[in-house]
Amino acid sequence: MNDVDSVADVIAVACLLVGAFFCLTAGVGLVRFPDVLSRMHAGTKPQVVGVLLIMTGSAIRLVGSSVIWMLLLVAAFQLLTAPVSAHMVSRIAYRRRHVRRDLLLVDELGGGPDLYRGDEPADAPPEEPAQAFVESQPDQGTGAGDGKA
Amino acid sequence: MTVVSVLTFAMLGGGVLLSLVRLARGPSLLDRVVATDALLVIISAGMAVFAALTRNPTVVPVLVVVSLLGFVGSVSVARYIGGMLLESANDGRPAAAEAGTAEPAGAAEPAAAGRTTTEGDRT
Repeated sequence: MNDVDSVADVIAVACLLVGAFFCLTAGVGLVRFPDVLSRMHAGTKPQVVGVLLIMTGSAIRLVGSSVIWMLLLVAAFQLLTAPVSAHMVSRIAYRRRHVRRDLLLVDELGGGPDLYRGDEPADAPPEEPAQAFVESQPDQGTGAGDGKA
Repeated sequence: MTVVSVLTFAMLGGGVLLSLVRLARGPSLLDRVVATDALLVIISAGMAVFAALTRNPTVVPVLVVVSLLGFVGSVSVARYIGGMLLESANDGRPAAAEAGTAEPAGAAEPAAAGRTTTEGDRT
């Protein structure tokens, strides 16, 4: 255990403390926010800032060794992968109607005559399983439509 | 130094406990995916804090593995849930609304073409 003895160490410790505070903020938002989209907002954005600050503090503390490039790699991976995973989770959440539509300010995919309501949550039992099964088969629907037309 | 260590690990542990609460209480599978992602990132942050406070660089390669593992896990579970959708064969759009106009090579009808482009923007 080494002591804090220079200005760089003070900066590093400040970065570590602020980064840990951002991680705590992510946890609080994850518990208190109402639906999947806002929880994901809380779980990704302060998280990335906290990890970047902690990697910066660690790199300042570990200067002189060869693992700084690995810390930089972790930060770059975090910046690259957090938007991708957040996008995929939010897309699936919108399609499965895990969105509180009364809390949305802007819904660019909904509204208008053809409201895109999304799919039913497939792990929950559907209200009418027979009709849901028929609607999940696209070939039968198109065949019936072509026959009538 | 001890004060800094206790403060930092207390805040990280609070974040871990809160995301564990969300992991236990989460009403849907996607909440648990988000909570697991946050949990792994907080764990990697804790290992980085340990490496920084003790000047011990041996745990740093584990950080790379954990961060990539969290990304792969959350993306694969999200794609798995997307495969669980009832209308996933129709790429998430309602099958009943498309029933009259859904021609596989349907460039003949302009209404069907316009609807296809708007739905394509949505996906």
